[in-house]
Amino acid sequence: MTVKDFVQHFGYKILSCADKADKTEITGVYICDLLSMAMARVKDGELWVTVHTNINIVAVACLTNASCIVIPENIEVEELTINKAVEKGVIIVQAPHTGYEICINFYTKNLEFGDG
Amino acid sequence: MSSIIKKEYDIPANDFSLAGEASSNVRKLLTQLGVNPTIIKRTSIAMYEAELNVVIHGNGGKARVEIFEDKIEIFVFDEGPGIEDIELAMKEGYSTAPDSIREMGFGAGMGLSNIKRNSDKFVLESEPNKGTRVYITIYLY
Ligand SMILES: Nc1ncnc2c1ncn2[C@@H]1O[C@H](COP(=O)(O)OP(=O)(O)O)[C@@H](O)[C@H]1O
Ligand SMILES: [Mg+2]
Repeated sequence: MTVKDFVQHFGYKILSCADKADKTEITGVYICDLLSMAMARVKDGELWVTVHTNINIVAVACLTNASCIVIPENIEVEELTINKAVEKGVIIVQAPHTGYEICINFYTKNLEFGDG
Repeated sequence: MSSIIKKEYDIPANDFSLAGEASSNVRKLLTQLGVNPTIIKRTSIAMYEAELNVVIHGNGGKARVEIFEDKIEIFVFDEGPGIEDIELAMKEGYSTAPDSIREMGFGAGMGLSNIKRNSDKFVLESEPNKGTRVYITIYLY
């Protein structure tokens, strides 16, 4: 499932690099707000959920090859961060749901995709 | 053997708008060179953690990167306060990061172990008031 498929289905908002969303596959989900932990654990293609919205999340997503960052509960993202994400080619998504709900949504939708 | 590419980066203290730029630049270089993606990721993670330690704990410093035929060598150094107990600093979970830094998501105390885990060779030299030097080697094959 691509970022675009996921985001469109749940009505989430893409804040940066929307043009990449249909070319970027999501392989799984990782949730953590400790940057070093995310750095160590995010696997290629995973969607990373974090409540942090500061500029440093862009480097973490970029260096770990995350498919996108999802900011839960409609938390506002700083403009500085969005600009950096555009510069680095990182997709940031804003979702009204909690981390838990985002996980479930991904899981359920991904099963459907698997069934073709 | 002489290196193919040699780069030096300034790492400014406490400037988070530029933090990670050096690692991100090296990642780009390695991608252009067609290096194996797993090695690029390991290098990026190790260098990012070393770079961020210089930003957060080291009062700024420098990184020197050399790419050879068969390996990448990264030297990150600062003239900051240094580390009193290296063994303790290496412990996962140990961090002296202040609250203002933790609020940004740093201070998990996993940086040094992330570096160790992702490098083939890792040397940390530090003494109080004598700065900190991190040597990272990652083999390309
Ligand atoms: N360059 C440095 N200069 C001074 N102290 C450092 C440096 N790098 C690491 N340290 C010390 O080692 C501790 C552990 O580092 P690290 O594992 O990266 O965790 P964190 O950066 O999350 O605190 C730091 O909290 C700090 O006390
Ligand atoms: Mg650190």
